[in-house]
Amino acid sequence: MKRDCQVAIAPLTRVEGHGNIRIRIEQGRLLEARWEVVETPRFFEAMLKGKTWENAPWITGRICGICSIGHTLASIRAVERAFGIEPGPCTTRLRLLLKHMETLQSHSLHLFFLVLPDLLGVGSVLPLLETHRETVLLASRIKKLANDACDLVGGRRLHPTRTVVGGFTLYPQPAELAALRERLQAVLPDLDEAAALFGSLPLPDFQRPTEFVSLAGTDAYPFIGGEVVSTDGVRQTEDGYRALTNEYLVPRSTAKWCRLSRSSFAVGALARFNNNAHLLAPAARALAAGLGLAPVCHNPFANNLAQLVECVHVVHDAITLIDELLAGDLEPDRQPVRPRAGLGVAAVEVPRGILYHAYQLSDSGRIMACDCVIPTGQNHANIQADLTALAADFARRGHGDQDLELLAAMLVRAYDPCISCSVH
Amino acid sequence: MPAAPPDLPRRYLGVPLWRPRAAFFELTSCEGCQLQILNNEDTLLDFLSFLEVVQFREAMTEKAEDYEIAFVEGAVSRADEEERLRRIRAQAQVLVALGSCAAFGGVNQLRNRWADPALVVREVYGEAPVETALVRPLSAVVPVDLMIFGCPIRKEEVERIVCDLALGKTVTHPAYPVCLECKANENLCLFDLGEPCLGPITRGGCNAWCPNERAGCWGCRGPAEDANVAQLLEIMRRHGFSDEAFRDRLECFGGFASLPARPEGLPA
Ligand code: SF4
Ligand code: SF4
Repeated sequence: MKRDCQVAIAPLTRVEGHGNIRIRIEQGRLLEARWEVVETPRFFEAMLKGKTWENAPWITGRICGICSIGHTLASIRAVERAFGIEPGPCTTRLRLLLKHMETLQSHSLHLFFLVLPDLLGVGSVLPLLETHRETVLLASRIKKLANDACDLVGGRRLHPTRTVVGGFTLYPQPAELAALRERLQAVLPDLDEAAALFGSLPLPDFQRPTEFVSLAGTDAYPFIGGEVVSTDGVRQTEDGYRALTNEYLVPRSTAKWCRLSRSSFAVGALARFNNNAHLLAPAARALAAGLGLAPVCHNPFANNLAQLVECVHVVHDAITLIDELLAGDLEPDRQPVRPRAGLGVAAVEVPRGILYHAYQLSDSGRIMACDCVIPTGQNHANIQADLTALAADFARRGHGDQDLELLAAMLVRAYDPCISCSVH
Repeated sequence: MPAAPPDLPRRYLGVPLWRPRAAFFELTSCEGCQLQILNNEDTLLDFLSFLEVVQFREAMTEKAEDYEIAFVEGAVSRADEEERLRRIRAQAQVLVALGSCAAFGGVNQLRNRWADPALVVREVYGEAPVETALVRPLSAVVPVDLMIFGCPIRKEEVERIVCDLALGKTVTHPAYPVCLECKANENLCLFDLGEPCLGPITRGGCNAWCPNERAGCWGCRGPAEDANVAQLLEIMRRHGFSDEAFRDRLECFGGFASLPARPEGLPA
């Protein structure tokens, strides 16, 4: 049995941003397991200070290329809540539709292009073009549909253009939405096929008791605003986000870390699922059951299954939203903006978990203070705790370096970390 | 622009093709431009047939160091990035600045507005010793052969440029402003709809991406040739927009910082 083990991954590939993994096992004893966030900081909170509210959604959207729609929507919601603007019914539905399509594009990119190569034992999607061409084409179809839908509703697939405080600059035409509805219907069989594929590839069997934090749904699986819950029984409104995140600094990370009831917690698809599985669309619930996924699931690798379940949910919910819009809610309802002093807080579920934006605005709408708490920032401490537990497990069982290297990389990748976004 | 290597392996319609070994890198950025590279699913395979991708951290684990063309996304904001960029420059025959952050510093350079960089660190990290430096575009550190403008970059434009590179053609950028494209698209002018827009002074090539969606241009591609900033300031004022709103747009992506003439009276 091999008793010594060294893993040094710098930087981890197939994730967004720069993070390193270091593990050292000697004589079967775990000496070190470190998750290091080495990304360069960008200082968005300082950039916005002194700027007026119009700048906020446009600039903060640039925190992240993958979830720029989520950032833009969180920023808009924070400004609207500070100014006392209630978005109209059409805007509310279109924003959720846009959110869903970002979730679909981000989850499918992660599942097929970043995770699947590990499960099939290759280094990237490129060799899969030879061996699993049909799957790659299927993945491209799903991703393309999601991207096209983001173009239609948000004006652009990343760094959206139509989304503004008060509503949208342009609203889609009924015929455009009807065409999108057809494409959403057509993608459902692709998702079934994807589910069959992922269901046939076993995930590492690893569990670590974890606190899961997400928005709390009341009558719908939650994505935008409202209360936040944890599996440890915490409940708070989004305004109380500081009490939920408790950011602190760690020397080896340029991202801030978070804690709640325990020393770490997890956000993201699995957290949303664990707290709100009963609110999923029936087809998504059926898929979860078929995959053997049930709340509360404590295997971090199962985050990928939860992402798959959410893909099915958002497609079904997008169809429902389009039906509601076509049945009479597609009335442009952009509202005028009248600045006033106040604090605006917004919580939005982006693909990797809850994103908070908070701005203190002056009576002319100038940003006096700004705070953004990013999902991956909330996950870092939990990634570290999982990595330690995984490595300790390994030290006991004594496998080869390469096995541990792959498993550790897969563990971090399962979180779909957005590292450059977490170091905003 | 270095010419294609003499020994050209392939031909297309009788024209010799260079299929460069390409690597993608990112410095201080949101990695959105690399995400754009992976977008446009319809043409992705075609696009990849023009390049042999040997490094792309966001998408692949395999990597090789003998690339000929390097696409670098992001600005330089830390000593290790400067060093990395120099190494990339030393290896690459063609260094491409990918997107506004690489070309101008992008939104990242907004923090350079703070007179004292230490204050920026304190604002976000308190007393923690976080290493950082002023934000600079790639060209402030190493010679850059080619810029691809935009925040985000437009994939269609990247495809055209990579195609030109592979064919050994000279890569050119439009000299005309976004406004021209906007008018060609028969949009209503945003000024008439009550929104400010930098289209008259911003380099075209995005096909008026934002005005097409009824959102004013923020100048992410930097100045068009002979951009008349003072004239646009007049137009902005005439339509009742504050000088501050104009300045916000000019400084957002960093492209206009290089303009010699800042209109008189615009707050710094
Ligand atoms: S909207 Fe902007 S780009 Fe279009 S015509 Fe008006 S000023 Fe020019
Ligand atoms: S319209 Fe302006 S801000 Fe929009 S993509 Fe084009 S240059 Fe950039």
